[in-house]
Amino acid sequence: MHGLNFDVAHLLAGSLVLVSFMLLYQDRLYSLLNIFAVHALVLSLSVAWQAHIQDAPHLYITAAIALVFKAIVIPVALHRMIVQLGIHREIETVAGIGPVMLVGIGLVGLSLAVMLHITAGANLIAREDLAFALSVLLLGLLIMVTRRNAVGQVVGFMSLENGLVLAATGAKGMPLVVEISVAFSILIAFIVIGIFLFRIRERFDTVDIHALDRARGEQR
Amino acid sequence: MNGVTWVLMVPALAAPLLALLPGYRLSARVNIAASFLTLLAALSLFAGPQAGPSPYVLVDQLNIVFIVLNTLVGFTTSVFSASYIGHELETGRLSAVYLRFYHAMYQVMMFGMNLALLANNIGLMWVAIELATLATVVMVGIYRTHEALEAAWKYFILASVGIAFALFGTILVYMAAQPVVGEGLQGMTWTVLVAHVSKFDPGLLNAAFVFLFLGYGTKVGLAPLHAWLPDAHAEGPTPISAVLSGLLLNVALYAILRFKILMALNHEVIATGPLLVTVGLVSVVFAAFMLYRRRDIKRFFAYSSIEHMGIIVFAFGMGGPLANFAGLLQMTMHSLTKSAIFFTVGHIAQVKGTQRIAEIRGLTESHPLLGWSLVVGVIAIAGMPPLGIFMSEFLIVSSTFAREPLLAIALVLGLLVAFGALLMRLQGFAFGAPSEGTAAVRASYLPAFAHLALVLVAGLYLPPALGSWFQHVARVLG
Repeated sequence: MHGLNFDVAHLLAGSLVLVSFMLLYQDRLYSLLNIFAVHALVLSLSVAWQAHIQDAPHLYITAAIALVFKAIVIPVALHRMIVQLGIHREIETVAGIGPVMLVGIGLVGLSLAVMLHITAGANLIAREDLAFALSVLLLGLLIMVTRRNAVGQVVGFMSLENGLVLAATGAKGMPLVVEISVAFSILIAFIVIGIFLFRIRERFDTVDIHALDRARGEQR
Repeated sequence: MNGVTWVLMVPALAAPLLALLPGYRLSARVNIAASFLTLLAALSLFAGPQAGPSPYVLVDQLNIVFIVLNTLVGFTTSVFSASYIGHELETGRLSAVYLRFYHAMYQVMMFGMNLALLANNIGLMWVAIELATLATVVMVGIYRTHEALEAAWKYFILASVGIAFALFGTILVYMAAQPVVGEGLQGMTWTVLVAHVSKFDPGLLNAAFVFLFLGYGTKVGLAPLHAWLPDAHAEGPTPISAVLSGLLLNVALYAILRFKILMALNHEVIATGPLLVTVGLVSVVFAAFMLYRRRDIKRFFAYSSIEHMGIIVFAFGMGGPLANFAGLLQMTMHSLTKSAIFFTVGHIAQVKGTQRIAEIRGLTESHPLLGWSLVVGVIAIAGMPPLGIFMSEFLIVSSTFAREPLLAIALVLGLLVAFGALLMRLQGFAFGAPSEGTAAVRASYLPAFAHLALVLVAGLYLPPALGSWFQHVARVLG
């Protein structure tokens, strides 16, 4: 049962969680983007491995999308955008690295405890994949909550979405996986293009509470 | 070619056409025509014989109600939108290019919502709701002011997180289904899931429902996941506020109801009712108190939408034929009334040049038609007789009193607090000396009048055919 197939799938899914932790403590935009490219690369390897062991060739398409679109096109596009729009390169975080890492560890513990408990009947690879996927999802959420810059939030969202793709490919024979990953890519492309076209520079730069109050139309 | 095909094809074909058509007058008319054709196609679903479910599309008694309501409000909103955007173009808030985009996105949104309602596949339903959400995100930000972009960003981020959770829940449902029904498409097909759900693993289903409820609940705008809703309503064009409140919230609610039915068929899982009741009640009470602190008129009515979605979710959470019936009625009445209110508010904000509540006064004197429509709308939404919402709220409260008196007291408290806020603000809007901005307005009153008339008729006399239809659906909902 614990053959090579399982070990490699386990290794790759585990690495994805590890890279999510690396995303958590980046405080520079460029390094955040570089680490995200690694995240997407690990995902695409993991998906390709699932395609191999499940004998499901359509998953190679998902892997290719992850590799080309998320590991190359999006980081490069965001990189150029940061240069062109003159965005601050430092990321303003809400809390210090220490507490955030501790919360992250807590979230991973929580998702392992929950998912391994409720999926007792499912097959082993799917169980592990699902537990890791929920960890990546929750860590992505944590990244989004602790960043104030739009780029930081987008990267958090993309890592969250990588967790979903991991879960979807882990569920054996799930239909519409390719369609869903395409839909997600469109969604992300939409945001990135939207950021660029609308040039919401203010959004990237300011953490001024007054600006937010104005946006709510409720200052006195 | 049957009704179902047309309901999906008309908006799908109209969207690219509208993206290409120059001239806003023409495209506004095409938009109206397309919405009208979709409405006719939806009505034909009532009449025609229902085809059996295909792997992707399903028509049953539950979703016909939603589709007809969806296309009806979609049509009236397109009529309102035609006169609304004319004014926006004159004042230069929107340019011609943006209007092409706007009309195309309107049809994309209608397509997404109709597809979500018709989907017989939980994955397809998810994709369709995502599509509709994306289209509205873009439209919320269309004015490109700082506030609008901020609102669109917030909406986008929160909705995406919600949508991500919903997908995770969907994957868990598939994981639960896969050992029983086998791999592939049938593991996500609604009709297959319903037939076999009693044999699914209860632990997985429980977790799935929690994620689905969190995810789609964000889109319904239930407290404490409502933060995007007031901003999105306030900063986008008013026709979009009307369809957001009147339609998109319902579509997300429909997704929750579908999964609630699924959960009810498996006897080993947690009861979903108490979860819905709790969240619904929290939303009602929270939104009722928040109404007092609003300074922006569209934001004010957005909070009222949160309150009403809370009431509706509460009713469905109570369950049973009577509460479900009342919930369906409340949902229909709320969609009609709230979109009618937004139709009048849109024109009011245009003539007054502001959305600030303090600067909108004495409307019945300066603009009698607009002012009195708003009065009737607010009276209806506050739940006063003889309008339709009174009847549905009365049914919800009385059926709750019979079963859980304490819950009913909490609900009534929320309703009364909201009632006070609505009437207090209405006093300011409608009466007294008119504020600045008394110019005449070229408004289309017909959509708002039609909606309010329907609400009034439903309050006085609910047609027996409609009543028995709702009763039947209420039994399906369990």
